[in-house]
Amino acid sequence: MELTANKFKANASKALVDAQLQKALGNVEKGFIGKRQKAADALPEFEALRDNARDIKNHVLAHLDLYLEEYERKVTAAGGHVHWAETAEDARRIVLDICKKANARTVTKGKSMITEEIALNDHLEANGIEPVETDLGEYIIQLRGEHPSHIIAPAVHLNKEQVEGDFRRVHTHLDKDRDLSEPVALLGEAREVLRQRYFAADVGITGANFLIAETGTSVIVTNEGNGDLTQTLGKVHVVVASIEKIVPTLEDTSQILRVLARSATGQDMSVYTTFSTGPKREEDPDGPDEYHVVLLDNGRSAMLGTEYQDMLRCIRCGACMNHCPVYHAVGGHAYGSVYPGPMGAVLTPSLNGIDETGQLPNASTFCGRCESVCPMRIPLPKMMRHWREREFERNLTPAVARYGLKAWAFFAKRPKLYRFAVSFGMPLLSLFGGTSRRFHALPLAGGWTRHRDLPAPEGRTFLQAWAQREAQKQEPAR
Amino acid sequence: MSARDTVLAKIRSSMRVSGSEADRRKAVASRLEDSPRGIIPARAQLPKAGQVDLFCTMAEQFGATLKRVGDYKDVPAEVAAYLRSRNLPAEIRMGADKRLTKAKWDSEKNLEVRPGPSDGGDLAGVSHAMAGIAETGTVALFSGQDNPTTINFLPEHHIVVLKAADIKGDMESVWTVVRKHQGKGEMPRALNLVTGPSRSGDIEQTILLGAHGPRALHVIVVE
Repeated sequence: MELTANKFKANASKALVDAQLQKALGNVEKGFIGKRQKAADALPEFEALRDNARDIKNHVLAHLDLYLEEYERKVTAAGGHVHWAETAEDARRIVLDICKKANARTVTKGKSMITEEIALNDHLEANGIEPVETDLGEYIIQLRGEHPSHIIAPAVHLNKEQVEGDFRRVHTHLDKDRDLSEPVALLGEAREVLRQRYFAADVGITGANFLIAETGTSVIVTNEGNGDLTQTLGKVHVVVASIEKIVPTLEDTSQILRVLARSATGQDMSVYTTFSTGPKREEDPDGPDEYHVVLLDNGRSAMLGTEYQDMLRCIRCGACMNHCPVYHAVGGHAYGSVYPGPMGAVLTPSLNGIDETGQLPNASTFCGRCESVCPMRIPLPKMMRHWREREFERNLTPAVARYGLKAWAFFAKRPKLYRFAVSFGMPLLSLFGGTSRRFHALPLAGGWTRHRDLPAPEGRTFLQAWAQREAQKQEPAR
Repeated sequence: MSARDTVLAKIRSSMRVSGSEADRRKAVASRLEDSPRGIIPARAQLPKAGQVDLFCTMAEQFGATLKRVGDYKDVPAEVAAYLRSRNLPAEIRMGADKRLTKAKWDSEKNLEVRPGPSDGGDLAGVSHAMAGIAETGTVALFSGQDNPTTINFLPEHHIVVLKAADIKGDMESVWTVVRKHQGKGEMPRALNLVTGPSRSGDIEQTILLGAHGPRALHVIVVE
């Protein structure tokens, strides 16, 4: 997709007045937060498992080169092929070559963010190969020519009436008078339509939640079963995965699985967790004849050893965006990048550079909910702050913000002047606050007051309150 | 330089390592060798009888239906009863697993047992699981002639037979079973962990059963 991250503010303004979108976004809070909390509460070891999941991934990142070599050795021993891709372009070329060798006309796809990252569908289409998304949400947005607005719920920005409209527009071979008013009817129709496609496809492409070094295995975690049909029924199975998906052992995979589904959908286990190792074997009656893994770097190796390394622990559960007040307000498309929400605000600048993406790490209130629910304990607000610092250093911060910060810094560096200014500024503001104690409009603060009131200052200033607190603390000692 | 060498060189340069450090190599080798089990939830560490009960409770909680029978010879009757209760034709698709084929299918005169992988036209398929996981009510299925993978996903109804003795408390114990069958570091081509019937929440976050895989999962536990 075209990167429009630096139009975040404009995109967000549009999203806020989009009634359809606002209705659909209600499902994010309703659908995810309570379920995650319930699942986490039901497992007393959940917090300890989060710690262990973090430690496993830290161990992997510290030994990534060695685990990748071991993983490759095991895939090859199982009869599979490993292809290394330095860039998105390399990965696209490799996948296209595999498809061409298989004389593929259509390929089915399991849900995969990495193939969104490398814009694989456009590349296949441009080369005469039809990609068919099979995850229900991905299928819907493919019909609409859109991109996922959420990493695990790609069509969360839509309402069922919109889906009905798309199905009627595209599935013209079906009875015009059929009833599609309920989601169950829509699901049934997608199931029927896609069943034919699995059998017709020459190649099945999936992502991977994990790559296991011990056994050379790729793992996908799904609820629908579409990923499994994709990788079982095609003659060729292509796994596209980034280098940090490695885990050492089957046991390590189990540890992380315990926090993945709970953090994502609030399930103890997703319905299908599938471990694939190599192509069809001699005695096998089903499975693909060829098994390929495309290992993608695309900027990740450069994150190692930097303040952004922790981001490579991410397992793409979506909990950060499910709990993000900014995401709730504007949805995923406003971010204008493949990965939305807090994880995207950190990862996108790493992959695409801060020049093109500076608005993303600023699209946060730093409330800290993302970090508090991240199963891998990724310090997302801290890393967004690092990006803001990079942005400031490179003079990319907008002029108004820079002057504002400079003005504030002028006073902050002169405590006496600061206190003097505050000592009559605050009472003045308080006075103008009137009986409502709120401002509906303020000079220079229109961006704030257009959407909400600014409370008028009340009582003592922070410094006064602090001084009094300190004085009280010392009293008993006297 | 090949793409492989470039990527590995970039990783090593970022991490300021060469790849030949003895301590790093040893850390990797011993983790792969020892495969530490990590944190096992207390609920998965029950005595055997408790594990079977927990498996049944969890499987039903996550949307499977379940029946406990005394012996393999009771399986055909239970399969036939399941098909009748769902108004399904008396036909099943089934692999070559001896534990299943040796059951007395003759006792169900009207039941047609079609061997081999599913071609997509089957309404019901029967598989034998390699293990069960009590912690989450999950069944573990290995690919191969005995239990073709297509049977796990194409039929509308998936009936899974599981020996009570093969039910383990936690997921990690399934890896012990895998290593016993395949050897350390080896896997079947496909290993499916299945927890309940296929589902989707992609339209308005409303959970619906029967997305692309089976609409129903029925587990028969053989004591």
